[in-house]
Amino acid sequence: MASFLERLTGKKTSSADQAKERLSLVLIHDRTDLSPENLQSLKDRLIEVISDYVKIDTRQTEIEIKTDGREQTLIANIPLIRPRSRG
Amino acid sequence: MSGKVVTITSGKGGVGKTTTTANLGVALASLGDKVVCIDSDIGLRNLDVVLGLENRIVYDLVDAVEGRCRVSQAMIRDKRIETLYLIPAAQTRDKNAVSPSDMIKLCNTLREEMDWILIDSPAGIERGFRNAIAPADEVLVVTNPEISAVRDADRIIGLVEAEERGPAKLVINRLKSSMVKRGDMLSAEDVVELLAIPLIGIVPEDENVIVSTNQGQPVALEAKSLAGRSFNNIAKRLKGEDVPWLDLNEKDGIFNRLGRIISGGG
Repeated sequence: MASFLERLTGKKTSSADQAKERLSLVLIHDRTDLSPENLQSLKDRLIEVISDYVKIDTRQTEIEIKTDGREQTLIANIPLIRPRSRG
Repeated sequence: MSGKVVTITSGKGGVGKTTTTANLGVALASLGDKVVCIDSDIGLRNLDVVLGLENRIVYDLVDAVEGRCRVSQAMIRDKRIETLYLIPAAQTRDKNAVSPSDMIKLCNTLREEMDWILIDSPAGIERGFRNAIAPADEVLVVTNPEISAVRDADRIIGLVEAEERGPAKLVINRLKSSMVKRGDMLSAEDVVELLAIPLIGIVPEDENVIVSTNQGQPVALEAKSLAGRSFNNIAKRLKGEDVPWLDLNEKDGIFNRLGRIISGGG
């Protein structure tokens, strides 16, 4: 199974690296009690709500859970598209 | 005297909780401290055989808690180190015979006589685990450098935090440095980074542990084995000493050195 790191670097990763990558993802879901599907639906709805108010660049949007020690933070980086000046 | 209660737990079974409890008991008692090890795994008694005291059991934890004997009668004194005691688990009793408040009461009695009360927790997150951590001043979480053990350790660390018994300290058991070197086992650094709690010990995979357990002689009694030395170092760290980390490669050190000379490396 090609892991994320493998696809990124084009190199075959060691089994220890695969274990670490898989664990870091599963620990985020365990700690937050948020399944991968629920996280995806949270992202979709967040984008939907924000889009009701401002124009956003969905291709550059990044929403993810970052881990710092044992704390999880939901980080959203959502570039806004500048409206065309009317005239 | 006011002894310290240290609970050894893990989440997953089979990672070395009982071995760790027995060896820390031996190591602390060898340093002259008065130590009692409590097996709180009711129905699955094992600390007695690992300590080699299985033939001397008269009373057990449930007898002491239910007042069928005095606490001192349930304490089996070790043959080798006279400051080491064991309170064995009941083997045939109902698992719910002991409650968290029973454990707190028992430990408060033991604190007056002992320097250390080490509690061997059952695997899992049920009643037995709650009993084991209720009286704890400090919690050690034992894990192996392996996916399922680390994941379960993370759950347990969260529960220990929620019970305000944290932060737990980490013991990484059965590390194979040769596998780590070739990238086929999580390193101690990886595990510490994932679990994000302080590390108190790394114990290498060591056949001496199985041999000594066969004989009922905890490996910490042998100053020469690498695992025994690792457990003795954890005991010193529990006592607040700043002990340098062992070089876990030293067993094959001479071959490595030879290899480096032959290949012309440093």
